[in-house]
Amino acid sequence: MTAVTDEAEVPEDLLDADGARIESTSSLGVFATLRRGIEISPEITRGMWITLGLALLAAAGRVVVPLAVQQTIDVGILADAGPDLGRVALLASLATGALVLAALCAALVNVRLFRSAEAGLATLRTKAFRHVHNLSTLTQNTERRGALVSRVTNDVDTVSLFVQWGGIMLLVSALQILVATGLMLVYSPILTAVVWISFVPMFLVIRYGQKYVNRAYTLVRERVGAMLGAISESVVGAETVRAYGVAERTGRRIDGAIEDARSAQARSQVLVAGTFSSGVLISNLVLAVVVVVGTLLGVGGGLTAGQLVAFLFLVQLFTGPVQMATEILNELQNAVAGWRRVIAVIDTPVQVAEKPGAVTQQRGPAHVTLRDVRFSYPNGPEVLHGVTLDLPPRTKVAVVGQTGSGKTTIAKLVTRLMDPTAGAVELDGVNLRDLAFASLRERVVLVPQEGFLFDGTVLENAAYGLRAPLPVPVGAGSSPARDVGEGQASRTESSDAEPSGTEPSGGERLAVEPSGGEQAGAERAAVEQAFAELGLSDWVADLPDGLETAVGQRGEALSAGERQLVAIARAYLAQPDLLVLDEATSAVDPATEVRIARALDSLTAGRSTITIAHRLSTAEASDLVVVVDQGHVAEVGPHAELAAADGIYAQMHASWVAQTR
Amino acid sequence: MALTGSRVRRSIALMWRGMRSHPGIYVLAVGASGLFGALTVGVSRAVGWATDSVVVPAIAGDEAARDRVWLGGLVLAAVAVSLALAVAARRIWAGYGVVRIQADHRTALTRQYLRLPASWHRGHPAGQLLNHTTSDTEAATGVFNPLPFALGVVVMIGVSVALLLTIDPWLTLAALAVIPVTVAVNAVYQRHMSPAVTRAQRLRGDVADVAHESFEAALLVKALGTEDREESRFGGRTQELRAANVRVGIVRSLFDPVIQTLPSIGTLLVLGVGTWRISTGDVAPGDLVTAAYLLTMMTVPVQAFGWVLGELPRALVGYERIAQVADATGALAHGDARLPQTPGQAGMSVRLADVGVDLPAISGARGRSITLLDGVDVEIEPGATVAVVGTTGAGKTTLVSLLARLSDPTRGQVLLDGVDARTLADGEIPAQVALVTQSTFIFEDTVRGNVTLADPGAPGAPSDSEVWDALRLARLDETVRDLAGGLDAPLGERGANLSGGQRQRLAIARALVRAPRLLVLDDATSAVDPRVEQEILRGLADRADDGAGAEPDTDPRPGTTVLMVAYRMSSVALADRVIHVEGGRVADTGTHDELMARDPGYRALATAYEVETERREKERADEAAAGALDDELDELEEVAR
Ligand SMILES: Nc1ncnc2c1ncn2[C@@H]1O[C@H](COP(=O)(O)OP(=O)(O)OP(=O)(O)O)[C@@H](O)[C@H]1O
Ligand SMILES: Nc1ncnc2c1ncn2[C@@H]1O[C@H](COP(=O)(O)OP(=O)(O)OP(=O)(O)O)[C@@H](O)[C@H]1O
Ligand SMILES: [Mg+2]
Ligand SMILES: [Mg+2]
Repeated sequence: MTAVTDEAEVPEDLLDADGARIESTSSLGVFATLRRGIEISPEITRGMWITLGLALLAAAGRVVVPLAVQQTIDVGILADAGPDLGRVALLASLATGALVLAALCAALVNVRLFRSAEAGLATLRTKAFRHVHNLSTLTQNTERRGALVSRVTNDVDTVSLFVQWGGIMLLVSALQILVATGLMLVYSPILTAVVWISFVPMFLVIRYGQKYVNRAYTLVRERVGAMLGAISESVVGAETVRAYGVAERTGRRIDGAIEDARSAQARSQVLVAGTFSSGVLISNLVLAVVVVVGTLLGVGGGLTAGQLVAFLFLVQLFTGPVQMATEILNELQNAVAGWRRVIAVIDTPVQVAEKPGAVTQQRGPAHVTLRDVRFSYPNGPEVLHGVTLDLPPRTKVAVVGQTGSGKTTIAKLVTRLMDPTAGAVELDGVNLRDLAFASLRERVVLVPQEGFLFDGTVLENAAYGLRAPLPVPVGAGSSPARDVGEGQASRTESSDAEPSGTEPSGGERLAVEPSGGEQAGAERAAVEQAFAELGLSDWVADLPDGLETAVGQRGEALSAGERQLVAIARAYLAQPDLLVLDEATSAVDPATEVRIARALDSLTAGRSTITIAHRLSTAEASDLVVVVDQGHVAEVGPHAELAAADGIYAQMHASWVAQTR
Repeated sequence: MALTGSRVRRSIALMWRGMRSHPGIYVLAVGASGLFGALTVGVSRAVGWATDSVVVPAIAGDEAARDRVWLGGLVLAAVAVSLALAVAARRIWAGYGVVRIQADHRTALTRQYLRLPASWHRGHPAGQLLNHTTSDTEAATGVFNPLPFALGVVVMIGVSVALLLTIDPWLTLAALAVIPVTVAVNAVYQRHMSPAVTRAQRLRGDVADVAHESFEAALLVKALGTEDREESRFGGRTQELRAANVRVGIVRSLFDPVIQTLPSIGTLLVLGVGTWRISTGDVAPGDLVTAAYLLTMMTVPVQAFGWVLGELPRALVGYERIAQVADATGALAHGDARLPQTPGQAGMSVRLADVGVDLPAISGARGRSITLLDGVDVEIEPGATVAVVGTTGAGKTTLVSLLARLSDPTRGQVLLDGVDARTLADGEIPAQVALVTQSTFIFEDTVRGNVTLADPGAPGAPSDSEVWDALRLARLDETVRDLAGGLDAPLGERGANLSGGQRQRLAIARALVRAPRLLVLDDATSAVDPRVEQEILRGLADRADDGAGAEPDTDPRPGTTVLMVAYRMSSVALADRVIHVEGGRVADTGTHDELMARDPGYRALATAYEVETERREKERADEAAAGALDDELDELEEVAR
């Protein structure tokens, strides 16, 4: 329908070059969309046949009333012998019975449909959500966050009306049309043909119109997504907007997005009204045609007046469901537009994926090797030009270099947030591409340059690093470190006086399941100890509510440095074999930074760390310094050696020393 | 904007306000709907007429009637066309109305998002805010879809009731008997529906909230490999929403068939009563037939009222959720004072007079407040460069953001050029004060757009050469030149295609291009390597000097006033004066040397690296010595053996 290329069909190697995008909508046709949608959420059609049966009963019940009225009038009131009260009462109560039964069936149908539809939509939401997280970082960045949210909320909601009501009613209407046609054939095949032929233009209008309706609805979904992207940006960037007094311009941009969405919506309304009213038009024109043709037929002796009147009644039984069907088809297009956007997410290929039969590694000191690694961002120039590095186990590596030289890129390759364009990154001799994600993430953890805290307490955020549920401790004072090695464990007795009887906060937003009291206690103990070991107990104690202090949206109720402290504690609690810190202490004051660095040093002895920092104190303390310059590794060696040599590092260090004194 | 009074009152107010805000559209929509009602009657009349005076006589052999067949067809066709037009008009205008009211809500909401202060935003997750503009807005306006239909056929219903009355009061009574039943059913419905919908809408917000937060955290989730955890977090909320929606669905599932059946029951009731009235001779059979047809025809229009009633609880809940935001207060008020100097002139003088900042705690006991700043009294002369130094969480950001009036102090005054910041007119401060925040935010826009934050060609927007100058000062010009498109290069959302340091320098350029009289740098070079940082700061200092010398007619004037939060001593060394903040108070202020001499806390910060280096060197030496000692001991042991 639309000219969107199907990414899934692009050969794999081309994909790597350009990167997979989250398309704005999938290119599936209407039926393919329905099929794929039901494939994703099979709950939708569960128990459908029973529901359909009940729906037919309900529909039949609704036809009863006009029939009953007709009958009551004909045989009850206009009876030759005068009004027959008994008969009327009988008919009326029969009709009432049928009505009540139909209402019951209708209620039952609705309940069943709501249940299956909501179950199906919940699955659709969750699958799409999960897939977003499965996508590679670069693919994630091809769509706005706000728009991604709309894919798992609004776009899914768009599907709901059709799924709850449309699908079944479409089938019921089709059956009604068939039954009415059958009855009409009994009365007059010629007139039946006339009716069907009269509807031909309408079917054409629908076929043709649906394409436009679909496009209009698709445009609505896209524009609403764009609108949410714009609003999300203004909300997350509110501080900048305010600091620069550009609220007015930002408001204008949002207004533009709102207006775009509105005009697309209005357009779709016009098209829907157009197709629907053309149904109304033809339905009523058919009456005129039947009256004329029927009369002419009758005059010719082919039809009695009574038959014609009865036929007219049947025509109305026929046109009702036809009109209903046009309405549903419009709703179908709306659903398809939303569905396609969700399916587009679910069908976006995962670029940095786990191979079948991926290896699971033993835990232990990590040995990282980069072999002639090259990398370019999608549609960008190469930013790493053949990086070769050997980082032996148990080494503290410092990566330094100018802004934009490629340090973060290296960090993301080492943690396999991205795959190199050429060359290989290996962990203990295994290419990261061959490693199971569960194993990789257990062993290697990155603290990204842009820290992020969830809206919750300090405790919840730090405990987020405890990825697996903790074993409930046997005795007090056991280390959070599952195995710290080198006998470095409890350096600090957990003596810090945190009132441990405090209730866990009401939030629990990050909790996966309502963890039992013991579990929560264990988490708390582990987090307390982690802060203690990092030398941050005093900081925690100074917070208004200690570990229970709420950090606010994105952690904004903490200072920037404090956010980084929590992020480090979180990563520390994850206890990886290789910890990659990308400017993780850039906003922390020197005294605290030095303290943390020293703590981490001894705590992570026996593990490897890669630290990216502009503050060269980190480099001074490291075992190995890697200097990155414009996408090349310029120098590698111990600090003392490099500082003494006459290279980039020596210069950097000299100016650092000059600056710090 | 909030609605008050009983539920009925609020419902009526809600519908009335919506329609009144777009009177033109609603006059048309309701008018078309009225026309539709009339034409519905017209169709059945026309069919009746055609049957009685054309079809039946024609088939019976009446020549005249046979000639009228075409006329009959034409009349029917004309009615059909008008009916279709009326339907189209009704639906189009009703649709227009809905989307306009939606746009109104969205505009009101987003304006409020822009207006409300950071403290409000901290308590309102972005996902929830997005959800207000979609799901809540849709809920609040859903009732406007069937509303014009229902209102338009009011006339038709009125006429029908009048007709019924002329036939027989008892018949009318029978027909109207369903009304109290409807009212009762509706009352039960609204009572069950309101809490169900409230819960469902809240959960919709929560689901959007979890999704937004989780997607914002996507990198972290990957880095820690917590995808499963996020999935179950989202899945949990989604399942709650599912259950809530099913609950709403069940209530609705029971209500809809009942309300739709009632008109038919009414018709049957009328037939029953009518037959009895005929038997008593009070009503003619023909009249009853008329009445019965009248009622059958009324079924659909009356159902439109059912739809309105069905949608009302959702509408009220959605509207109230929107109103909560629209009615939120706390936006900073502006005065009408002006700064004595205009943009571009010499540096600004700044004074913080006994300033304190308290915030209500967001966790723990309600009503408790925490003190972020207290008794801060600082004076900065025009043109001075002042460094703010302090430990993590000392209150530096809180302090400097007062100057850009991101918030107001709880106590004391912030005086810019001697004028209380609270009394300044809207736009005065941003025009002369530029704050580079600690965490940079990049818009999804071009490089130029991100620097100027203005539409190209807008009056007062910086020229390209000014942009380049700013980029050069921020040492970002070469990077930008290398980008495909240069100034027009699009930056991804949140500046995803730049490195951390590049983003930060872009933010600096954004401040510099404004040639502010007061420049506030909140740790704005943390992600920049030391050399570049020096270049930037030196450049700033040079420019300040240029600025002073550029206008020879005035006395040598001080350049831009600079206030910077900094950790690196090299940056601090560029400052005329240092303010040492500790625990929300100014611990000391003076030159670097003075503070080094008398302020131990400051000394600890300033010499932290130095001390650490020394300590480490000593440790290494000790280790080496210890190693040597070990060797000696070993040797001794050997000897001893
Ligand atoms: N998502 C992206 N798309 C395109 N280009 C990118 C992207 N991310 C980074 N780059 C570019 O790649 C280069 C290396 O970036 P990288 O983030 O690795 O630098 P860095 O050494 O970490 O710098 P910094 O010290 O500023 O953090 C930069 O020139 C940057 O502009
Ligand atoms: N909105 C808030 N609600 C509660 N507490 C807050 C809020 N904002 C800041 N704080 C607290 O106030 C203190 C000062 O914060 P501020 O951001 O001013 O520190 P800072 O000196 O800039 O620190 P950093 O060097 O880490 O940037 C911190 O302890 C922080 O936790
Ligand atoms: Mg970086
Ligand atoms: Mg700060």
